Amino acid sequence: MYPALAGYRPVHALGPVDLELRRGEFFAVVGPSGCGKSTLLEVMAGLQAPSEGRVSFEGKPVAGQVPDGIGVVFQEDASFPWLTVWDNAAFGLRRAGVAAAEIARRVGDALAFMGLKDFQQAYPAQLSGGMRQRVCIARTLVLQPRLILLDEPFGALDAQTRLLMGDEVLRLWRRTGATILLITHALDEAAMLSDRVGVMSARPGRFLDLVETHWSRERDSTIVSDARFGEVTARLWHHLRGESLKAMGQSGASVAARTGRAGT
Amino acid sequence: MSRIGWIRLAVLVALVALLEILVRTGRIPYKTMLPPSEMLTALVRLLAAGTATRDIVQTLTCVAAALASSVVAGFGLGVAIHRVPRLRRALEPFFATYYAVPFFIFYPVLIAIFDLSLLPIILMGFAFAVIAMCIATINGLDRVPRVLAKVARIHRMREFDTALLMKLPAAAPHLFTGLKLCVAYSFIGVIASEFILAPSGLGHAIAYAYNDFDNRTMYALMLFVMVVVITLNMLLHGWEQRLLKRWEGR
Repeated sequence: MYPALAGYRPVHALGPVDLELRRGEFFAVVGPSGCGKSTLLEVMAGLQAPSEGRVSFEGKPVAGQVPDGIGVVFQEDASFPWLTVWDNAAFGLRRAGVAAAEIARRVGDALAFMGLKDFQQAYPAQLSGGMRQRVCIARTLVLQPRLILLDEPFGALDAQTRLLMGDEVLRLWRRTGATILLITHALDEAAMLSDRVGVMSARPGRFLDLVETHWSRERDSTIVSDARFGEVTARLWHHLRGESLKAMGQSGASVAARTGRAGT
Repeated sequence: MSRIGWIRLAVLVALVALLEILVRTGRIPYKTMLPPSEMLTALVRLLAAGTATRDIVQTLTCVAAALASSVVAGFGLGVAIHRVPRLRRALEPFFATYYAVPFFIFYPVLIAIFDLSLLPIILMGFAFAVIAMCIATINGLDRVPRVLAKVARIHRMREFDTALLMKLPAAAPHLFTGLKLCVAYSFIGVIASEFILAPSGLGHAIAYAYNDFDNRTMYALMLFVMVVVITLNMLLHGWEQRLLKRWEGR
C-alpha cells in the first residue's frame, strides 16, 4: 500500500500475495501494466517494506536492507557511465573488500561469459543498449547471488535482441544454479524462459494462476517453435486479456478522476 | 585539431589582424587603442620587469580563495537544499532573482566592516560565484538517474558513500558548468572590486593606468587578465568535453 499524496487516495498496489520460490527454479511474473510487478520485486529484494505481511530469504526475514545473496538487474540502464566495463563489473567486489586476484578472476570470468571480454576498457556510452544491460548482469553475476531478480531487463531492447538475451540468461541460470525471478510484460519471454509463470491480476496485483511449463533445463529460444509453447502462451493470455482490459479501465478512470478533481 | 577548431582559430586570427590594421592605419586613434602586437610586447616587458608581479599574485590569490570557497560552499549548499524539497521551493524565487541584484552596492558596506583588506574583495568574488555553483549542483543532482539510488542500496552503501561514489560522479558533467561559471564570476567579482576601491591588485592597477593615461600598461594588464581567464576556461572546457565523451559516447 502506497501512502496517499496530497489530493489522492492511498494506492493499494499489491496483494495479498503468497509466493514461495523453489531453489534453482526460473520463475517469471507477467501481468498488466501497473499491476504491482515491480513493487513485488522491490519488496522481495528489500528495497521496499510491505505495509503488511513478511518476506523471507533462506529462512531469514528481509527487512530494511537487501540481503546478501540477492542480486537485482533493472530495466533502466544502471551502468555507471564514468567507469569502464571492467570497473563497472568490479564495483561490488571492490566495495566488499575482495582480494584483487579474486576480483580479476571473477570479473574476467563474468565478462567472458557475457561476451564483453573485448570491451572491458570501453565505457558504457560506447556500447549498445543490450551490451550495457549485459554489463549490469555481469556486475550482478560477479557477486555470485543465489537469487537473481530481473525487473524487465530487456524491456528497452528490440525483439530479436530480447530473444538472444533470453538465451544468455538461460545459460547464466544453468551455469550459476541461482534461482531467477523475472518480471516481464512479454508473454513469449515468460513462456520461453521459465519453469513456472505467475500470472498477476490488475491492481492490486494478486496471483491468478501459476503455470508450470515443464521445459527441459537445456532449453533455449528455439522452443518458440514447439507446439506446447503456443499452449503455454495461450493459457497466459487467457488470464491476462481480461486483466489488461481492467487495467486499461483503471488508468482511464484515474485520469478521469484527476480531471474531475482539477475541475472542481 | 578538428576542422571546426581550425575555423575558430582562423576567425580569431583574422579579428586580431583586422584590429592591428585598423589601429596601424589610423582608423582607430592610437590614443584610444593599441595594436594587439604592441599590447603583447608591453605585457612581456611588464612581466619581465616584474612591476606588476605583486598585483598579479594578489589578484590570483583572491580569485583562488573566492573560487575554492564558492565551489565548496556552493556544492554543500546545493546538496543540502536538494535534500529538502520544501526548502528548495522556498528558495527558488531567491535563486531566480539573485543575479538581478547589483552586488557591488554592498562593497562599501563590506569595506566598512572588514576594512580595506583582501577579505571584502574575496567576499565579493565568493558572493558572485557561490549561487551559480549551488544551482548547478541542484540541477546536476536532479539528473542523477533514480535507478542508481537503488543500485546503491543493493550494494548496501551508506548515505555518504552513495553521495561520493554514485551521485557526485553521476552529476559531474553538470557540476562542470557550475565550476566554469565560478571561475568567470570569481574573476569578475575580484577584479571589479579592486577596480572600484583597493590599494593594490590587477583591477586597481588597470584603473590606475587608465586614470594616468598609461594605455600601454592598461592594455597589457587587460590582455593578461583575458589570457588567464580564457586559458583556464579552455582547460576546464577540454576536461568537460573528455568527460562528456565518456558519458555520452560523443
